[in-house]
Amino acid sequence: MSLIRMSSPHVYKANSTANVMRLVLLATLPGITALTVFFGWGTLIQIVWAALLAVAFEAAILKLRRRPLGFYLSDGSAIVTALLLAVAIPPFAPWWVTAVGVFVAIVIAKHLYGGLGQNPFNPAMVAYALLLISFPVEMTRWTSPFVLNGEGWPVASFMDTLGAIFGSVEHIWYDSFTGATPLDELRHRGGLTTEETWRQSLVLSQGIGAWHAVSAAWFMGGIFLLYRKIITWHAPISMLLALAVCATLFYGFDPDSYADPFFHLSTGATMLAAFFIITDPVSSATSNRGRIIFGASIGVLIFIIRTWGNYPDGVAFAVLLLNLAAPFIDLYSQPRSYGHSRANKGRGGKA
Amino acid sequence: MGKVFAFHGGIHPPENKKQSTRTPIRKAPLPKLLYLPLQQHIGMAASPLVNIGDRVLKGQMIAEPVGRISASLHAPTSGIIRSIGPHPVPHASGLESDCIVIESDGQDEWIEHQSIEDYTKLEPGTLIEHIRRCGIAGMGGAGFPTDVKLHLGDDHIVNTLIINAAECEPYITADDMLMRERAHEILGGIRIISHLLKPSHIMIGIEDNKSHAIHTLEQVLKGCELNIDIRVVPTKYPSGGERQLIKLLTDIEVPSGRIPADIGIVCQNIGTTTAIYRAVHHGEPLISRVVTVTGDAVAQPQNLEALIGTPFADLLDAANVYENKLYRLVMGGPMMGVTVEHDQIPVIKTTNCIIAATIDEMPPAPPEQACIRCGMCEQVCPAELLPQQLYWFSKGREFDKARHHNLFDCIECGACAYVCPSSIPLVQYYRFAKSEIRTEEAEQRKADHARQRFEARQARLEREEAEKEARRKARAEEAARAQQARKNNENAAATAEPAQDISALKTAAAVARTKLKKAQKALDAARESGEGDISALEAAVQAAQTSADQAQKALDSADKPSAPTAPAAGADIKQLKTAAAVARTKLKKARDALKNAEDKGLDGLDKLRATLSTLEQKAEEADKAFKDAENAASSSTEATPAAPVDMKALKQQVSIMRTKLKKAEAALEGLEGDERSQAEQALEELRQRHAEADQAFKAAEQAQIDAAAAQGVDLKQLKIDAAMARAAVTKLERALAKTEEEQERASLEAELVTARDKAEQLNKTLQQHEPA
Repeated sequence: MSLIRMSSPHVYKANSTANVMRLVLLATLPGITALTVFFGWGTLIQIVWAALLAVAFEAAILKLRRRPLGFYLSDGSAIVTALLLAVAIPPFAPWWVTAVGVFVAIVIAKHLYGGLGQNPFNPAMVAYALLLISFPVEMTRWTSPFVLNGEGWPVASFMDTLGAIFGSVEHIWYDSFTGATPLDELRHRGGLTTEETWRQSLVLSQGIGAWHAVSAAWFMGGIFLLYRKIITWHAPISMLLALAVCATLFYGFDPDSYADPFFHLSTGATMLAAFFIITDPVSSATSNRGRIIFGASIGVLIFIIRTWGNYPDGVAFAVLLLNLAAPFIDLYSQPRSYGHSRANKGRGGKA
Repeated sequence: MGKVFAFHGGIHPPENKKQSTRTPIRKAPLPKLLYLPLQQHIGMAASPLVNIGDRVLKGQMIAEPVGRISASLHAPTSGIIRSIGPHPVPHASGLESDCIVIESDGQDEWIEHQSIEDYTKLEPGTLIEHIRRCGIAGMGGAGFPTDVKLHLGDDHIVNTLIINAAECEPYITADDMLMRERAHEILGGIRIISHLLKPSHIMIGIEDNKSHAIHTLEQVLKGCELNIDIRVVPTKYPSGGERQLIKLLTDIEVPSGRIPADIGIVCQNIGTTTAIYRAVHHGEPLISRVVTVTGDAVAQPQNLEALIGTPFADLLDAANVYENKLYRLVMGGPMMGVTVEHDQIPVIKTTNCIIAATIDEMPPAPPEQACIRCGMCEQVCPAELLPQQLYWFSKGREFDKARHHNLFDCIECGACAYVCPSSIPLVQYYRFAKSEIRTEEAEQRKADHARQRFEARQARLEREEAEKEARRKARAEEAARAQQARKNNENAAATAEPAQDISALKTAAAVARTKLKKAQKALDAARESGEGDISALEAAVQAAQTSADQAQKALDSADKPSAPTAPAAGADIKQLKTAAAVARTKLKKARDALKNAEDKGLDGLDKLRATLSTLEQKAEEADKAFKDAENAASSSTEATPAAPVDMKALKQQVSIMRTKLKKAEAALEGLEGDERSQAEQALEELRQRHAEADQAFKAAEQAQIDAAAAQGVDLKQLKIDAAMARAAVTKLERALAKTEEEQERASLEAELVTARDKAEQLNKTLQQHEPA
């Protein structure tokens, strides 16, 4: 009788990378729904377009790298990357902007570094930062929430949006559907105080609810991921806390010049970043302690870039900067192992 | 019920324990053949006490422990020893190991065994020895010899005894059933352990999924005099890991690289307690244990009390295995157990479970995917490591970093691999890294050792070379000085006796001697062969002898006058010494010749004897001359301390004498009769000469010392010299101790004698000078 010889353990949890990715996709549903409801079909179209491109690019590059297609495509990581990029770019961004972004994310930021698990930077954020710098006009033309467009639910129709994205409609048409975001308004307010800006801006006084709702939706998705133990609380909570603390300090010090903490937490990409972007395990810090440092640093950087930087939102830059710092954070954030009085630090060995 | 703490991480795999707890523990049928591995425990393998063909009785010791950490082995049933040799054993390596094979005779006949009446009256040492003789080793998994743990009280203060009844691995119910059915034995065992270790607190750690067992234990413990706590811990793998259970029950962490006893805690498995009970109260050695036979490939999962050495096949048959469904056979639990490749592998002391799994139950692991650093492994790691980092370091062979991340604190529980969404066999990577590091370390140690040896050798060679160089220089200087002295002497001799051509005379004498020798040889040859004109030859020899004598006489007469004049002319004692030595050599040769002649029974003995006596005279004369000269020299040294007396040469002379003397003595022992007496004579002479030489040396030395004293000696230099001489002596002694070759030894001994003398002399000199 000859039986199989294998090393322990002999049982495995029914768990797979594909499953993890599926759960992440599931968790984005509330956010996507909110975006679609408040900003129109653009988001959905972008997601589908980006996902198609991502799968195509991934397949092509896998072919070039002579890797088994089915095995790697089935992990779903490309689709998650595409989705995160698609919800970050403006709903009316032209098709080629998305195409460039997905190409950069999948081919350059991911596969040129060695594929899944090897990329030092968050692919979606690399792509977003590149697009933001290369195509500032297209990338800052965010859609106005439908409440500003009149009674009912006056979003652009599905076909019109499709046309706008794929370049068959005049610029003038969708100019009527786009506007500044709350962060833009507050950033480029001239010499006005926060309160004056708030009163003058339609987006701030009437449209802010849309952003609040979208943030709440992302937050819901995040809670779901936490509940399913796909992510740990360390990075998101520390990021949100750090941002809130910074905002509170400055708001308390000078409410006329700085926005209130709730505004920071509930607008822009704060919630999306906290639960979906900085929790990307590959490019973030490794240990629980490391993730706390990682998240908190991103929170502080987001506040700094939003308040004093050139760009209204600084999530992408903050994340990329901390991706850069993650290996260093790892060196100094080992946990204290069982039976050790102190945690090890540094490189170890002779150094 | 006391407080229970928590350890980091842990997982909740499907328990699968219910299947095997439906029926009580059943005795497994007696197998036909039993395979007993000599190594079932941690430590040294036991050494067999029986031979092939012996009949053994149940409970008879068949292998004894080797060293402190080892366990004995007993025959589980009566039968015949069939073989002792390699057989497959349950080990992760899949390699074979030495086993004693017993063919049972079916009678199951016990050897005489006796319980201990009252163990509390026994010396603890005796009781522990009894447990050791019963071959008890930890039955939880590692198989650590139990007696070693019971001795811990000697050098550790044990305040807490933890009985591990957690049984956290899925499928296994052996301990659970044991608690349900034999709780009183467990208590008895705990009493014995407690008697030996005297802990202040005893805790039984048990997972909350064993309510029946908990209940039974509580019943038994009612009214127990011991301070025993049943601590129910939440079901979470690996709560039964020793370190994890200690953390759970006491909130103390065992420091990395230490043992629980270092923090005053001893852990014993619940199965071990019953084994101890049976050993003490029934005198039964460890020959059977409860084994859970379970898995989807057996029809009746159950617990069997199996004899150690029972092949798995017998147990699987007893549980009605579906042969065609069996896909994977695991010994131990599904998390840390090892697969076995066929069913002839025997039950050993640590076999708590056999899982006969179908392919659906334990499918092969899916292909490994890329690590996405999701960190799920980190969340479940009970040792609070960073499994994902360890994986990267192991894969990249960055072992330094892996060590820095505490790789060696990994207990290989498999929790990380269990949760890994990328199906990475993480534990395998860690085992690989650990073994690589261990190999590296072993090689490093070897290399260090080799380097040390090489450096030591290099240093020794350099030292020897330097010493040789120093000796060579000293010799060269000596030679130069001698040359100078000879030149001076020659000049002196030339002025004293210008007419006499000593060297010409010498040559003539030598030629005459050679002729004599040739003639003698021819004569000998003729005599032996009985041919030729012997008388003519004899005449020739006679003639040659005469001429040689004449030549020698002429030389002597030429030589002699120079002797007395020499000292007056400030002459060379050395030359005299040489002359004396030459005379002695001649004497010796003559003696040899004589002896030779005597041996062969040749004639012309008288002549030879006469020559010998002449030679002896001459030698004496030469000696006398030498001594006179020496005396003169020493007196002159006294007068002029600066005059160079060759102390060294003298000393050498003395030592040479001594060596000769020794050799002669040694030679003497081998001789008998006539020869002996002759040799004894020669020896006596040698002794005398030695004494003389010694005297001469001492006199010279005394003179030198006196001179030195008169002059005010450089004490410091003396001291240094003395120290160096002492060092030389010790070195030689050491060398002597190391050398084994006979010849080398002899020469070393001689050297040592010289060195010792020198050291002694120097010391003496030093002492003489020191008071002043």
